[in-house]
Amino acid sequence: MSGAAQAKTSQRVLRGNPRLGLALGALALLAALVALLIAQPSLAERAAASDFQARLLAPGGEHWFGTDVLGRDLLARTLQGLTLSLWVGAAAALLGSLIALGLAALACLGPRADVGVGLLVDSVLGLPHLILLILIAFALGGGTQAVIIAVALTHWPSLTRVLRAELLQLRQADYVRLSRRFGKSRGYIIRHHLLPALLPHCLVGGLLLFPHAILHEAALTFLGFGLSPGQPAIGVLLAESLRYLSAGYWWLGVFPGLGLLLLVLAFDRLGNALRRLLTPREAQQ
Amino acid sequence: MLEIRQLALDFLRYRGLWRRETVTCLHNVSLTLARGELHAVVGASGAGKSLMAQALIGLLPGNTRRRGELWLDGEPLDAARQAALRGKRLALIPQSLAALDPLVRSHRQVAWAAQRGGAAAPWAAAERAMAQLGLVGDSARRYPHQLSGGMARRVLLAMATAGDAEWLIADEPSVGLDPQHRDGVLDQLRRLADTGKGVLLITHDLRHALRVADRVTVFHAGTTLETAPARAFHGRGEALASDYARALWRALPDNDFARPAAREAAQLA
Amino acid sequence: MLEACDITLGYRRGESVLRGISLQLAAGEWLGLSGASGAGKSTLGQVLAGHLAPRRGSLRLDGAALPRRGLHPVQWLPQVPELAVNPRWRIDRVLNEAWSPSAAQRRRFGIGDAWLERYPHELSGGELQRVVVLRGLAPGVRYLIADEISSMLDAITQAALWQALREEAEARNLGVLVIGHDAALLQRLCQRRVRLERGQLLASS
Repeated sequence: MSGAAQAKTSQRVLRGNPRLGLALGALALLAALVALLIAQPSLAERAAASDFQARLLAPGGEHWFGTDVLGRDLLARTLQGLTLSLWVGAAAALLGSLIALGLAALACLGPRADVGVGLLVDSVLGLPHLILLILIAFALGGGTQAVIIAVALTHWPSLTRVLRAELLQLRQADYVRLSRRFGKSRGYIIRHHLLPALLPHCLVGGLLLFPHAILHEAALTFLGFGLSPGQPAIGVLLAESLRYLSAGYWWLGVFPGLGLLLLVLAFDRLGNALRRLLTPREAQQ
Repeated sequence: MLEIRQLALDFLRYRGLWRRETVTCLHNVSLTLARGELHAVVGASGAGKSLMAQALIGLLPGNTRRRGELWLDGEPLDAARQAALRGKRLALIPQSLAALDPLVRSHRQVAWAAQRGGAAAPWAAAERAMAQLGLVGDSARRYPHQLSGGMARRVLLAMATAGDAEWLIADEPSVGLDPQHRDGVLDQLRRLADTGKGVLLITHDLRHALRVADRVTVFHAGTTLETAPARAFHGRGEALASDYARALWRALPDNDFARPAAREAAQLA
Repeated sequence: MLEACDITLGYRRGESVLRGISLQLAAGEWLGLSGASGAGKSTLGQVLAGHLAPRRGSLRLDGAALPRRGLHPVQWLPQVPELAVNPRWRIDRVLNEAWSPSAAQRRRFGIGDAWLERYPHELSGGELQRVVVLRGLAPGVRYLIADEISSMLDAITQAALWQALREEAEARNLGVLVIGHDAALLQRLCQRRVRLERGQLLASS
């Protein structure tokens, strides 16, 4: 329909531009991440410093999020936990996306490889998620590395499925078939038609995998199979808080939980916005 | 009487990541549709015909701004009235086959449409509407993916006619059909007009619209150029007012199949 | 001369869409192919252009087999141009994928210079179809399979597209197979016309 565009007037107005919120949100997230990185050394210090004079203080002027049973500042510990989650999540999401891309490419080699990859995806999806996660983390002996590997190994199937479906569809697309008849090599088609179409999916898929990875890292740690109790991971904080919740120390669970929720929501929104912006047609609407 | 007066549409869209621009896609669109009339709207794809149909029933995309007026039987047709009449007295036959629900058998979808349209006995009405289009027995009970393109088009047409809609807007109802089915669909639209309904036929196919239409409005580059009786498309098109309409008529393969004059006219208009 | 001999193809076991079809298309010839929807017109066109492999039968170009790699001398021009271009590419890149048409050639097909900057969805179907047709005319192409390329176009755009294609085909002595429903159009364009019915070719009146 837009082909008949005649009169155009462009405007640079800020006000009323629906993307203002998105841009500000992305900027705020970026600023928060950078601030977190810069504050890291002093945060780690504060998170570990216990003060037995100030045990289990309610949120107030000096300790915004309150303190825990050893008198450690909960704000510092929550931020510290989120930073740790970010690293684990990023590493696991990256690893998971790479596995997915590799398997999707493998599925494109031929019908037999495709059946094999399909079977693998279905069998992993058929197993209960959390149990597999626990088994792998347990087998690898716990710790940061084990959590990253376990989360990556359990989170590739859904993205593989998306990428494989996309690739199969692309290879049958008229423009790809025509490109082959124009004498373009397999390498040219992969580089110019297939990969550029897949990368946004991979990027968005990876970004959406990220909150998942964080949640599962927290779950794993919460259950005691992940990071060691000494590390201020969100999962550890939440597990600790359980013991004191019934005694009315609500802040021990609420603040780390809220932090986790906000982080996951922010990346989820970002991933979905990115998906829209990366398609030329949708980017204009 | 359904009237479009000086309708204009603007799209607000992004150019690049941040800048937005307003693109005018329709301007000065005017036409009238009477009861018992089959009125064809003919023009190139991308000229904005489908947008006009969407504006008529009030289902425009969110980033559009509408100007101008719509009137139905002497009263303004505003958003609230469109919502109240849509699917009841005012029906659209959409261009996209994706408008069918893939999980529901087609005769059930037609019955639902009949119910929305206020039919007293929706199943009987659905059966009647489908039978009129040759959709009987097993073929009426299939899921959308089991239908051929031509059958799916006829199901969409049956959905619009099963109720008691007085005004029908058919957006490219014959595209992709072979000659036999195309004629079947167009004849059915003609019969509906003959029973007193107002039918707006949106199409790029002037040749076959002329066979059934009473009047033809020529649409070009987002505006209505002229409305002429179907019989004005005759001979060398002397009875037509605009150069573009004449060029469109003369460009038909069984007329001159002419380009040079046509292209100049296209730039003129 | 493009020769198809005894082409047989079916999508389901035991059922053939095309049954032993033989067809000859000479250089510079325009041949019309009609038939009901689902008769296999498009399938035959795609076999000729090397997009589908027949179950049985052979294709020959001037007595030799068709090349398996490199530019295919028989090019398929599909009905829906929106599907025939990469939606992420600008028109400039789309048009120049197979070869680089000159500015004069672009003008002859009515392709505006301003279009080159745009994305495919910013052109109308008729505008995009001209880009797709010109893209398929790379040097080295000898035959064209025009698969209902104008059935979605209005009369003026249709006439303009065919006139431009006719000039180009005459200058280069291209053979063209025109697939379509529109009897008047086929009569206009083609000296010889055939019908596909129940998997076989019949001479058309």
